Amino acid sequence: MRHIISLQLENESGALSRVAGLFSARGFNIESLTVAPTNDETLSRMTIVSIGDDDIVEQIVKQLDKLIDVVRVTNLTATGHIERELALVKIDVSPNSQAEIDKHIDEYGGKIVGVSEDTYTVEVAGKSQRVDDFLVSIDASKILEVSRTGVTGVCQKREY
Amino acid sequence: MKLNGAQILVNCLQSEGIDHIFGYPGGAVLHIYDALNACDKIKHILVRHEQGAVHGADGYARVSGKCGVALVTSGPGLTNAVTGIATAYMDSIPMVVISGQVSSAVIGNDAFQEVDAVGITRSCVKHNFLVTDINDLVNVVKKAFHIATTGRPGPVLIDITKDTTIAKIEFSGYPKSINMRSYQPEIKIKTTQITKAVALIVQAKKPIIYSGGGSVIGNADKILRVFTRHTGFPITQTLMGLGAYPASDKQALGMLGMHGTYESNMAMHDSDCIIAVGARFDDRITGNLDKFCPYAKIIHIDIDPSSVGKTVGVNVSIIGQVNDALSALMQALKGKQLADISQWWAQIETWRSVDSMAYKTKAGVIKPQSVIEALYEVTKGEAIVTSDVGQHQMWAAQYYLFDKPRRWINSGGLGTMGFGLPAAMGAKLAAPEMDVACVTGEGSIQMMLQELSTMLQYDTPVKIINLNNGYLGMVRQWQEFFYDKRYSMSYMDALPDFVKLAESYGHIGIKVEKEADLKPALIEAFKQKNRTVFLDILIDPSENVFPMIPAGAGHHEMLLAGRDDMASTNDEGLNLV
Ligand SMILES: Cc1cc2nc3c(=O)[nH]c(=O)nc-3n(C[C@H](O)[C@H](O)[C@H](O)COP(=O)(O)OP(=O)(O)OC[C@H]3O[C@@H](n4cnc5c(N)ncnc54)[C@H](O)[C@@H]3O)c2cc1C
Ligand SMILES: Cc1ncc(C[n+]2csc(CCOP(=O)(O)OP(=O)(O)O)c2C)c(N)n1
Ligand SMILES: [Mg+2]
Repeated sequence: MRHIISLQLENESGALSRVAGLFSARGFNIESLTVAPTNDETLSRMTIVSIGDDDIVEQIVKQLDKLIDVVRVTNLTATGHIERELALVKIDVSPNSQAEIDKHIDEYGGKIVGVSEDTYTVEVAGKSQRVDDFLVSIDASKILEVSRTGVTGVCQKREY
Repeated sequence: MKLNGAQILVNCLQSEGIDHIFGYPGGAVLHIYDALNACDKIKHILVRHEQGAVHGADGYARVSGKCGVALVTSGPGLTNAVTGIATAYMDSIPMVVISGQVSSAVIGNDAFQEVDAVGITRSCVKHNFLVTDINDLVNVVKKAFHIATTGRPGPVLIDITKDTTIAKIEFSGYPKSINMRSYQPEIKIKTTQITKAVALIVQAKKPIIYSGGGSVIGNADKILRVFTRHTGFPITQTLMGLGAYPASDKQALGMLGMHGTYESNMAMHDSDCIIAVGARFDDRITGNLDKFCPYAKIIHIDIDPSSVGKTVGVNVSIIGQVNDALSALMQALKGKQLADISQWWAQIETWRSVDSMAYKTKAGVIKPQSVIEALYEVTKGEAIVTSDVGQHQMWAAQYYLFDKPRRWINSGGLGTMGFGLPAAMGAKLAAPEMDVACVTGEGSIQMMLQELSTMLQYDTPVKIINLNNGYLGMVRQWQEFFYDKRYSMSYMDALPDFVKLAESYGHIGIKVEKEADLKPALIEAFKQKNRTVFLDILIDPSENVFPMIPAGAGHHEMLLAGRDDMASTNDEGLNLV
């Protein structure tokens, strides 16, 4: 099963490599990992998507919690949560395919954020599934480049 | 007053109550050595190899219960220390290792003797720090000791750049305590879990206590005894737990696992309620997980939540200190009636009567088991025994009955050959009034031999019991059983003359070739209170360690000595080796 794990960790050099190192050393899988500082500049927020059985994920959460730099670990999948991902997609737009592509951009709430002679760069955001669906909707031969941020998420309730 | 970083560090160590440091100098730590030179409260032990420094600090920590400290230089100093750090990590030993680092201005430039110490050690420390700013130094040192010694203990590395040791600031003292929001080692026992555990305990008809290193690390021997006596339950202990409960007591079934006793493993297999106390269900214990304890409800006491449910699912977890958990259980059991387990004991006695530790003697050869029995007798069971890794380690664990904790010092988790001798040195420094024996093999001893020299310099007399079988015996045993006796690279030709070797290091060497000479030689060795004595004992080279659970088998499928059905395993089993 797919799990979204959210971490708050001390904003210290080396904290990221401790987390990444733990996953590789223990053979845990990482689908995506995002990290950035938060409103509290001493803390970073990291969101990890991992696929595994419940007991593996339980072990992942425990091992993460054990890292000294980690202040808090939450398995977002276990509670009400919001997840978002953003992708930048560079698309080949020849005159005869443009209308079709415009339609899909509209349908998925995409935004054209860059234009060149024969390409669009489109921003799509939403749940990962939405980004996946958008990519599928576009003729694969027209997709020149994809850059996805990976999932970030928060828990829905005030406290968790 | 302004002090430089090195002086501040030494000040902090002194305030931390550190009295011994095991180390080896080099360019990056010269300032620290200069500051140590001016300090007469801390005794520095100059080892002959940095691995020996870390094992020395480790042995010191295991015997004293205090935090071990090692000091090494950058680059090769640090890489030499890594095996020692990993050894301490696997066995949860409190330790702070200080390493020098190149100046912060040249970090990342492949500078002379630069290695990424924090990167190299990341996966074998509880935590590590790189200090590049002298203003951070004091707090980092405080945090390092706090982390190393609390919760589940473990080694912490402090990597300090040379410029940090040179820079000067005003030193305003060492903090008494430190609070870290991301590290809260104090855990309160949950009453709900105690209630659930008690419900299982009172119903148990075939209970067993399975106690591990956590009972030693957590200094829980007293409450463990109280709990075991109160319940009347049988108790088995892991290799790391030996001594927490007296081995000579009638409720003690001996060690469990791969080379554990028949009664321990059979009782584990048939039990309906296992109370795991500071033990981590290691693969040497569980063997084949599919066959492990099929009938038991499991209660697991451990300070580290990640130890719980890692390899074996449990029914009730109690997270916290062994001391607190057992006290809470005792409290909750007050006035409660336990199930009658007399039939269970009767069953256990029949397993016990198999006498799985029996071994055949042969005229003209010295049996290793008898060496350990003689050692036990001569030291009246009161010595600290360290060991290396191999068959001799198992024999020492099986035949020396440890009645007190912190007397049996060995590398269980990493299984580091070379651990025994420097650990014995550390042990002797921690308990100078005690007899210390190092049980070793001719393979292992050659991995850290150079420390014989350190032991002369610092006057740490120990008795080295070299069970010399001429083979990497543990490897040979596996090859005999599972590789059709193809003894690939397990025989070492050209062994040194250990007697002359010991003598050349300034110690006493005695060779023992005949059974009749064994006891007199041991008595003579322990009479030499102030000398290190190297007993080179030529033992039966074909002896194997029994009982044995072949890899891949279940606890009830163990092999006993002197039976013809030789061990066998399949490919799946060999994967677990
Ligand atoms: C050649 C060889 C053969 C071996 N054969 C065997 C064998 O037959 N039998 C055997 O038992 N071992 C054997 N071992 C050792 C084995 O590899 C493991 O090291 C050992 O079994 C682990 O012991 P343990 O479970 O007690 O855990 P430890 O490694 O001692 O871990 C202690 C556990 O207690 C917890 N803990 C620590 N402090 C506290 C506290 N204060 N309160 C609560 N919990 C705490 C920790 O979190 C951890 O989970 C062998 C090793 C070698 C090298
Ligand atoms: C550093 C290291 N290298 C290799 C091993 C693998 N190993 C385990 S036991 C053993 C043989 C030990 O031989 P010896 O010290 O003579 O002890 P014996 O088994 O003969 O009693 C070896 C090579 C190890 N545990 N540690
Ligand atoms: Mg040998």
